[in-house]
Amino acid sequence: MSPLHIQQGSSKHSAYDLRDPHSEVIESHTLAVIVANEPGVLARVIGLFSGRGYNIESLTVAETDHKGHRSRITIVTKGTPAVIEQIKAQLGRIVPVHEVHDLTVEGASVERELALLKVEGKGEARIEALRLAEIFRANVVDSTLGSFVFEITGAPAKIDAFADLMRPLGLSELARTGVAALPRGGAMG
Amino acid sequence: MSQQKTTSQMTGAKMVVQALKDQGVEVVFGYPGGAVLPIYDELFQQNEIRHVLVRHEQGATHMAEGYARSTGKPGVVLVTSGPGATNAVTGITDALMDSIPMIVLSGQVPTFLIGTDGFQEADTVGITRPCTKNNWLVKDPDRLAETIHQAFHVATSGRPGPVLVDIPKDVQFAEGTYTPPQKAKVDHYQPRVKGDIDAITALVEMLEQAERPILYTGGGVINSGPAACQLLVELADATGIPVTSTLMGLGAYPASGKQWIGMLGMHGLYEANMAMHDCDLMINIGARFDDRITGRVNAFSPNSRKAHIDIDPSSINKVIRVDLPILGDVGHVLEDLLRIWKSRGRKTNAEGLVRWWKQIDEWKAVNCLAYKGSESIIKPQLALQRLEALTKGRDRYITTEVGQHQMWAAQYLNFDGPNRWMTSGGLGTMGYGLPASIGVQIAHPDALVINVAGEASWLMNMQEMGTAVQFRTPVKQFILNNERLGMVRQWQQLLHGERYSHSWSESLPDFVKLAEAFGCKGIRAEHPDELDDAIMAMLDYDGPVIFDCLVERHENCLPMIPSGNAHNDMLLPSDDVRGAIKGIGLTLV
Ligand SMILES: Cc1ncc(C[n+]2csc(CCOP(=O)(O)OP(=O)(O)O)c2C)c(N)n1
Ligand SMILES: [Mg+2]
Repeated sequence: MSPLHIQQGSSKHSAYDLRDPHSEVIESHTLAVIVANEPGVLARVIGLFSGRGYNIESLTVAETDHKGHRSRITIVTKGTPAVIEQIKAQLGRIVPVHEVHDLTVEGASVERELALLKVEGKGEARIEALRLAEIFRANVVDSTLGSFVFEITGAPAKIDAFADLMRPLGLSELARTGVAALPRGGAMG
Repeated sequence: MSQQKTTSQMTGAKMVVQALKDQGVEVVFGYPGGAVLPIYDELFQQNEIRHVLVRHEQGATHMAEGYARSTGKPGVVLVTSGPGATNAVTGITDALMDSIPMIVLSGQVPTFLIGTDGFQEADTVGITRPCTKNNWLVKDPDRLAETIHQAFHVATSGRPGPVLVDIPKDVQFAEGTYTPPQKAKVDHYQPRVKGDIDAITALVEMLEQAERPILYTGGGVINSGPAACQLLVELADATGIPVTSTLMGLGAYPASGKQWIGMLGMHGLYEANMAMHDCDLMINIGARFDDRITGRVNAFSPNSRKAHIDIDPSSINKVIRVDLPILGDVGHVLEDLLRIWKSRGRKTNAEGLVRWWKQIDEWKAVNCLAYKGSESIIKPQLALQRLEALTKGRDRYITTEVGQHQMWAAQYLNFDGPNRWMTSGGLGTMGYGLPASIGVQIAHPDALVINVAGEASWLMNMQEMGTAVQFRTPVKQFILNNERLGMVRQWQQLLHGERYSHSWSESLPDFVKLAEAFGCKGIRAEHPDELDDAIMAMLDYDGPVIFDCLVERHENCLPMIPSGNAHNDMLLPSDDVRGAIKGIGLTLV
């Protein structure tokens, strides 16, 4: 079974070390799940969330180690501390799952998401959209006389903010990749 | 390059049989069909592996479970695509819930037809994904043997469970290279078996001081193996700590042992549940705080410190927060635990334990299994007491169906060793017991194998009597026939104002004639006076028997923790059961 890097259940740490177990506070956690890139792994991971009633806020997946056939699944999930611990333990026992990292508790991490936004408009609105895009460091990746497609990268909150600003300016379509995340500094674990 | 074939080149179908042989498989429970014909052809041409032809694929899965649970070896099932695989789903789920090692091999339509809604095509890996530990669709013959070896490894390592390998028919015909078990890559999946020594030492400290300790044991002890059971006995006997067990763990500590205080849980013994509620140290060994065990979670053993030994990290803190988790295999952890306890001078809180046992003896005196006898009608409890008395000392294995009879069997039969009690605990699958008994008997041809059944459950897989007769398994079907879906009826009495909606077994067959129709022996007992002779006739008959034991129809299975209640709030035989389930308990099952 893969190393879980979780305090609870790893027996090294008493459960006393955990944050208040009875806390009903809902927390958002970003998990990095390293899996063998076999058919069905993603279905197993997603099936775990739907089958046990856990939330998926965001999910991204791609093969990240072609030689080792490893994929990295980044999941943003929400739940009470007990539920988050349970999610990690359940993920850890999926046979093709090699590692589970909770980036939210394992130290600082960077989280980025890419979004494409189509904004349709004319005149003042169009100019305002361009001006705001510049402030947000969004790039124009397609333009016609009546529309722009902006590309923006950033933390999810930044993309939310940008999309909110674009809405009155003619935002007609929005595509988001979901979060990709890495710990800051040296190697994980 | 060269024309010559190395011996490791063979067809996929041959690889399947070779892989089973290399894994030491002696018997396969299966049913043929179009998508597994090449494998059946290979089975035909060899004699090492025995094939038991079942009558329904669900039967095959429960036989494999019975075989596995009674031997500690994995059970193997072979089914065809589509309906063959879907019929196996109940048994696979049952094995997942009860942590039974099982390997299911299913045929699949050829790779080039997958996705076309071909004849007898089903998305078998999709359907079985949530009910297997892992499953594989093998499209490359070169990967087939390795995958089967990996499947055995996964099924039997860590917390055991079912796995499935789906094999398209063209892969069975194609040639490929056979990978022997030693060469199969399994290193990634290696669950940790040794417990953390600091944690185990902390547990020893707790144990030395505890005034009211209890060992709460489960199926994990049995899965860990006979050595683990032996260590449990040593631990309990040396420390003097009382032992209770879940339904799945019965027999790990002998019922005749002096520390034994009986099964706990919804239909567990009063003394066991009271001790769980009032203990100051609970040591959970290979159990999982199932809802049948805990009763109301927020009232569960409120004043105890809790330690939990389990090989599955997801079992720890899932339902009940524990103070001391120990991740590891029960056998390994108990070995370390005993060693450390002995090296620290074998200390216990002797005074506390004396008081604790005095208290337990008071609870025992309540005699929670007492029931009102009858001169004219066979009480189901009596039938089991007589069965226990008349089979004592025999090399005996018990399976059950699901319902009241199952709980009575757990209460009134005694198990002095592991692997002798096979029951569907987690999933509660009616129809489990008859095929399971056949699987047990296949593994232990000379033993006495009895399925304690309810008439309704038994009908769910009664076609397997054909298998029993064909394969000369002298299984005894001991049917406690109350002409009711008894457990459902009991709940309707407790919960729904005695409105017995569809809980009467109507139009039952004549079980004696049915036995004759199957070519086995039928026996009926209707009166308490004839019970012993009838049971003896069953035991003396050298072949399968269907025993129709007509019992009291509206007997309730007690004691009971009504769902939603706490452990110390049990219904006892003397209580009025009407409307006993209330509040939040109404929504629970
Ligand atoms: C496959 C399946 N369907 C339904 C149930 C729900 N159920 C639990 S016990 C029971 C009644 C069992 O009746 P019987 O086998 O006669 O046993 P009794 O309770 O009468 O001893 C039913 C319907 C179940 N456990 N399994
Ligand atoms: Mg019945």
